[in-house]
Amino acid sequence: MYKIAVLGDKDSIYGFAALGLDIYPVPISDDISKAKKKLKELAEENYAVIYIVESLAEKLKNEIQHYRSERLPAIIPIPGASGNTGFGMRMLRKSVEQAVGSDILFRD
Amino acid sequence: MAVKNVNPTRMELTKLKRKLVSAVRGHKLLKDKRDELMRQFMELVQINRRLRERVENGISSANKNFALARAVMQDETINTAFLAPKQEVYLDVGKKNVMSVEIPQFEYKTRTPDPNDIYSYGYAFTSGDLDSAVKSLADILPDMLKLAEVEKACQMLAAEIEKTRRRVNALEHVLIPDMKEKIKYITMKLDENERSTQVRLMKVKDMILEQTYQYSKRYAEM
Repeated sequence: MYKIAVLGDKDSIYGFAALGLDIYPVPISDDISKAKKKLKELAEENYAVIYIVESLAEKLKNEIQHYRSERLPAIIPIPGASGNTGFGMRMLRKSVEQAVGSDILFRD
Repeated sequence: MAVKNVNPTRMELTKLKRKLVSAVRGHKLLKDKRDELMRQFMELVQINRRLRERVENGISSANKNFALARAVMQDETINTAFLAPKQEVYLDVGKKNVMSVEIPQFEYKTRTPDPNDIYSYGYAFTSGDLDSAVKSLADILPDMLKLAEVEKACQMLAAEIEKTRRRVNALEHVLIPDMKEKIKYITMKLDENERSTQVRLMKVKDMILEQTYQYSKRYAEM
């Protein structure tokens, strides 16, 4: 049985606790070693989906990249309390670029 | 491309020809796989994009509600309200095979069947804004899970397409031309050998005839 985790700054994610997701608040600052460690921990644990706040996801880009081609966990960026940075869409665009060779979806 | 390291023998030629046949067949199969993967990927990406837009909007508006709730309540009250969540969400992970890529399928279960269990607090000390904030988040949850599923599938398909495309290109532009070149080289070499043997034989025959009948002398006498 798998669970769902939410990783990010506390203000962005505490609401998810009410829904029954496991929240892991980490401070988003320049020092992201703690968040890195946490993400690794969660990925190795029983989490199938890890939602991660966009501003943090941007800083953990390399770590997330590592899990892209693996089946589990699915690491999904979501907008945080500070607003939408467009990181999630950028990642999607990257997938298209990887597959097609050029960005044919979002040119408009 | 320069041909190197091939023995111009008949055995090598048959081996190469057989290899070429399977390479061509593999190339065709991989190309079909790539096209089908691409078709599926394009469909998924469109869904992914729409879902992502919806989820991002949903979460943004939920966050607005939370900001409102935070404005009218004290931090301590909010913290205690979410201290002991009543609801828990579990995921069942199945898998679906799309062109030999195993993409995960998520099915979620809640610990209690009552949808109202998302309110983990008594209503006495919290503002109504908090209720609507939690509700708006709960409404977006199924879409979020769907998004996780689709986005993961997209990522995995993209990786597979890249891999397949590389293979197709390697076969098409390197392996197959290379083999054709080698086959051509061997056939030419073999033909050349045959011609040279033929010529040698003719020459030898002439010499033997000359020895036995001595044509040149006879014609000279006439």
